[in-house]
Amino acid sequence: MENLTLNALFQQILIGLSRTTILFMVASGLTLVLGVLRIPNVFHGSLYMIGAFLTYTIAQYFGFGTTGFWVGLAVAPLLVALISIAIERGILRTLYDREHLMLLLFTFSISMVLSDAVKFVWGAKFRSMSVPPFFEGAVDILGMPFPRYNLFLLCLGPFLAFGLWFLTNKTKIGKISRAASVDRDMVDAIGINVSLVFASVFIIGCYLAGLGGALIAPMQNITQGMDHDIIIEAFLIVIIGGLGNIWGALLGALIFGLTSSIGILIWPQFSIVLPYIAVITVLSFRPNGLLKSVW
Amino acid sequence: MFNGLFSKKSFGLLILALIVLALLPQFLPRFYIYLLAVILVAGLLATSLNVVLGFGGMFQFHHGVFYGFGAYTAALVVTKAGLSYWLGFAAAPLTAALLGLVMGIICIRLSKLYFGMLQISLGSLVWVVVFRWYDLTGGDDGIHGIPLPDIIYSTTGGYYFIFAVTSVCLLLMFLIACSPFGRTFQAIRDNPERCEALGVNVRRHQLIGLVFASFFAGIAGALFVVAEGSVFPDLLFWSLSLEILIMCLLGGWFIFLGPLFGAAAIVTLRIFGSTYTDYWSAVLGVIMMLTILFLPDGILGFFRKKTIKSEE
Repeated sequence: MENLTLNALFQQILIGLSRTTILFMVASGLTLVLGVLRIPNVFHGSLYMIGAFLTYTIAQYFGFGTTGFWVGLAVAPLLVALISIAIERGILRTLYDREHLMLLLFTFSISMVLSDAVKFVWGAKFRSMSVPPFFEGAVDILGMPFPRYNLFLLCLGPFLAFGLWFLTNKTKIGKISRAASVDRDMVDAIGINVSLVFASVFIIGCYLAGLGGALIAPMQNITQGMDHDIIIEAFLIVIIGGLGNIWGALLGALIFGLTSSIGILIWPQFSIVLPYIAVITVLSFRPNGLLKSVW
Repeated sequence: MFNGLFSKKSFGLLILALIVLALLPQFLPRFYIYLLAVILVAGLLATSLNVVLGFGGMFQFHHGVFYGFGAYTAALVVTKAGLSYWLGFAAAPLTAALLGLVMGIICIRLSKLYFGMLQISLGSLVWVVVFRWYDLTGGDDGIHGIPLPDIIYSTTGGYYFIFAVTSVCLLLMFLIACSPFGRTFQAIRDNPERCEALGVNVRRHQLIGLVFASFFAGIAGALFVVAEGSVFPDLLFWSLSLEILIMCLLGGWFIFLGPLFGAAAIVTLRIFGSTYTDYWSAVLGVIMMLTILFLPDGILGFFRKKTIKSEE
């Protein structure tokens, strides 16, 4: 019996870790934008929701097969990135020097418009799609069934972390954007087009939100309001990790993902309380987040 | 005492507005009385937020939680404890202020964005508890049909009660803003380092400001129960808090009555807008964007600047 609960705990940890991948994906996009552009982007969550809805529609077009899933996964985040570039080049770039509070309210206004746009295009009904046939079923890990799709997400996490590390540390745009997050004017003064760098970082961040949405699509109902749920979690993850710090986002996502999945075993009714308590505990001891903030 | 904040002309206008608001229910159909009552509640709420936001310069991102907490306190005193609404009305601001104090003590060490985000986190915790605790709060259904005393049960009676309480609260908040405390508070907003150097206890002032703001938000919550007769967890959700911020911004948060105007504009828009279109929040979003782009000081702020310019 004891062995069984231990296995259940282990399974729950694995599920928590696979959810961490998605949280990390969304939060790292948010923290990139926050760190480099200094924009607390509230409509990041709306982009995640749009990514999920688009994946559904694309998968539906291909009859919900394996092809549909992969095409959706490839195309939906790109479309989301396209939307984000329109918003960034259209309005946001004129507001970079405003106060954070104004930017927060402005991006919140955009999120209101986007969520109504989703309502307009997809209606108020929720959608759900099953995992593609390729990922159906479960594998046995220590005698407990573990869904294959979660395993896929679990494996994706390290790749994502490595990709982001490579992007920020080894590529030119990454190096420039890190420099711009420390001293924007200086980077501008040595003749680099900061506006263009900002735009690219913004697109990458929003692409990650769309990708997170595309990946969550087969796992849960795609609803109006999923933007609200994710954005608050993503912001909290970013805050406990340290603003603008990608490893902080990873750490925060781990804390969030694990506390909520283990909480289901301990106290089902209030399991969603646990991550919030974790956030409060972390911030009581480390008011500026676990890792160094770039601000 | 009111140096510069009120001219004689605007004082006269204010008296006129009070008289009009007191007489209006005699002429208006019930729906409009209800609308006015809702506007006054939202106006009180937005003004209470502005105590810390506009006058204190603090990033109070989750003000709605105190409002909702007050509303739930009033509702639970009536439905669960079976006591009179008046006791609930008295308890609401106290519990809200207590919550404000506790959350304030935890958040106060942080500044700006971190402060706001930790507040959203703590507020979401309160929201989750209300949302999940079916036995006490009714969960996502909320509590409906809260019995009220006869005198405030009718729409008109409720309106007069709300009108009277709101007026008194606005006056109190105005006095607070004009008091030495309020002046110091505004000085902290403009330059916290200098205030610290002058020997002002910045943290304590900010904490007191937070308690005041949550106290009045709690009253607004108790008034919401009178206006609607029900409470639901959305009152504590963070998106409502951002809407209150929008009210303050729209009206102009450096002017005392700005948030009231912003609240009136947004409540009217929502109630009429949502009968014409399902997409009123998109409309609101566009209005907000235009405000931020073209009227960063809000509507009243814009007009005040204009009059100051023409006087020059």
